[in-house]
Amino acid sequence: MSDIERIKVPTMAEMMAAGEIPEILFWVGCAGSFDDRAKKITKAIVKILHNAGVKFAVLGAEESCTGDPAKRAGNEFNFQMQAMMNIQVLDGYEIKKIVTGCPHCFNTLKNEYPELGGNYEVIHHTQLIQDLIKSEKLTLKGGGGFKGKKITFHDPCYLGRANDVYEAPRSAMEKLDAELVEMKRCKQNGLCCGAGGAQMFKEAEKGDKEINVERTGDAIDTQANIIATGCPFCNTMMTDGVKHFEKEAEVKVMDVAELIASAADL
Amino acid sequence: MGISNIIFIILFIGAVVWFAFNVKKIISNIQLGRKVDRSDNTGLRWKTMIKVALGQSKMTARPVAGLLHIVVYAGFVIINLEMLEIVIDGISGSHRVFEPLLGGLYSAFINVFELLALGVLIGCVIFFIRRNILRIPRFHKAEMKTWPKSDANIILVIEILLMTAFLTMNAADTNTSGNFLVSSGLKGFLPIDENSLYLIERSCWWFHILGVLGFLNYLPYSKHFHILLAFPATYYSNLLPKGQFTNMHAVTNEVKLMFDPNADPYAAAPEPDPNAEVVRFGAKEVNDLTWKNLMDSYSCTECGRCSSECPANQTGKLLSPRKIMMDTRDRLEEFGANKGVDDGKSLLHDYITTEELRACTTCNACTQACPINLDPLSIIMEMRRYLIMEESNAPQEWNGMATNIENNGAPWQFAQADRLNWATEE
Ligand code: SF4
Ligand code: SF4
Repeated sequence: MSDIERIKVPTMAEMMAAGEIPEILFWVGCAGSFDDRAKKITKAIVKILHNAGVKFAVLGAEESCTGDPAKRAGNEFNFQMQAMMNIQVLDGYEIKKIVTGCPHCFNTLKNEYPELGGNYEVIHHTQLIQDLIKSEKLTLKGGGGFKGKKITFHDPCYLGRANDVYEAPRSAMEKLDAELVEMKRCKQNGLCCGAGGAQMFKEAEKGDKEINVERTGDAIDTQANIIATGCPFCNTMMTDGVKHFEKEAEVKVMDVAELIASAADL
Repeated sequence: MGISNIIFIILFIGAVVWFAFNVKKIISNIQLGRKVDRSDNTGLRWKTMIKVALGQSKMTARPVAGLLHIVVYAGFVIINLEMLEIVIDGISGSHRVFEPLLGGLYSAFINVFELLALGVLIGCVIFFIRRNILRIPRFHKAEMKTWPKSDANIILVIEILLMTAFLTMNAADTNTSGNFLVSSGLKGFLPIDENSLYLIERSCWWFHILGVLGFLNYLPYSKHFHILLAFPATYYSNLLPKGQFTNMHAVTNEVKLMFDPNADPYAAAPEPDPNAEVVRFGAKEVNDLTWKNLMDSYSCTECGRCSSECPANQTGKLLSPRKIMMDTRDRLEEFGANKGVDDGKSLLHDYITTEELRACTTCNACTQACPINLDPLSIIMEMRRYLIMEESNAPQEWNGMATNIENNGAPWQFAQADRLNWATEE
């Protein structure tokens, strides 16, 4: 991944100073900025954007938490303070279109910001990837060397049920030469990984099982070699689940962006 | 007009009045809820109602239960057309008033009704077996003890008895030229002398009509009220994306003030308007919820599809979205009956505990699974808001998270200035 350094990641401030306007703002998100595993997903998205010739920028140090976990925990003040600050920054740069690396940022920016004054066209990175492949701005080299492999997609709640995006991640992976298999609970009926609703940031309540173990069990039942996700939090939960079953050698958890970046040989 | 007609008229009017009285009570309880505007988008609302309530499009997610439910429901509703005849006969003393009017068509109608009755009968027997002998797990969770459990069985037994009475009545009726499809098969089991047959026919007739009137009045006390409320509940369902949670306007106003560059931070706080309602952030009591939440609680049929899809419930946590609905209804009944007198109890803590609320992942599996688009999640969210914003009741980790978000713009303790470090690090 050392080649990331060859890609200059421009900030909005730099773009503005140079008198340029990006096509799209890449909203990285907190996990994508700070979590070691999620940073790899961020880099994969950057490579895809760069390779497809998309003129993009990030906010960098001007980006702040969308407030999603605060809102789901019930802390509406905390959420709306974040929203107002972010809207000021976004509107200051006259942002029109945003792609997010996280379904939680996606949902919040798309659905909850407009009423607070922030109106943008917001897409999730799997939707962008689907578009880039369709419009042939991004071409995969062959099938990406996944021959004989099985991939199963875990629907993040805030992408799937919350926003009815089920096809984009699947169609983005269609060109891979792997076999796409579905878990017994998928799409509308997909089971949560256990991280949503700010559960990621606290101990689970008392119970007889961890949710991520229950969900990873579904994925392992499909005999897939790769569990694909589109959410950094799902990624963490499923990775922990795979560890629970001691299947790290056989099963990898990857973001759709990483699969596509590797298939495009980026 | 004979004595039996007079008795009939009195019973009939009594039943209708009692039913209306109970419905009125329920409506006024629902009106205790907070305002929420669901008057928009009437076209889509009608469509949703016709598809989801009338067409039962979400029932068939579980094909066996779904199909049986459609048979029972369609049968039950259509057979009730026959009620029209029964009521006219009961009031006027006629016998099968439509038979001479409809001629040959009459037999056709009754045949259809009989086939449906048979369908309802078989459906209810299978439902009874599924519930009590096969013991489908979702019917036997913690909240399904005592009343909720008997409620479901009482309904099934009533329906079975009503259908049996309807068919036996037709079989025993010697004053009709009709020989109907299903009931003719029962004739062999009945005595042949006219008098006994007359007695059986009359008993079944009375049993059927009294059963129906009784059932009508049982509804408002039962989860079975959903056969009526499913329609408004789906009509007023949430049409926004499931991930879109409400923004609290009271909070928006305060936050906007803080962001207003013209606001004088040292100005004295404006005199609070003595007539203004005290805004409570979130929900502690049923009347802090919206009327739609309250209507939902009366519409819930306790099927448990929500809880059986709930990740928290599946992994042994205390949370059950069905229980959230049932608690809301139970407390609402109690709260409504108190007529404003404080009984020292509240929905939060006395019915629904913090531990339950904390277990929710806000995944929307419950709202997706609910066959009539009910929304346990929005009740959970309102109560979570109350916990945090009114009681400062949060787990330690959440307090840390909030502080981090406030101070460094991320739920973890990383400096906001370092947000772009990934772009240059190895
Ligand atoms: S939203 Fe909450 S209550 Fe509903 S299914 Fe998910 S975890 Fe359970
Ligand atoms: S909320 Fe809906 S799914 Fe849950 S028990 Fe009630 S009717 Fe069934």
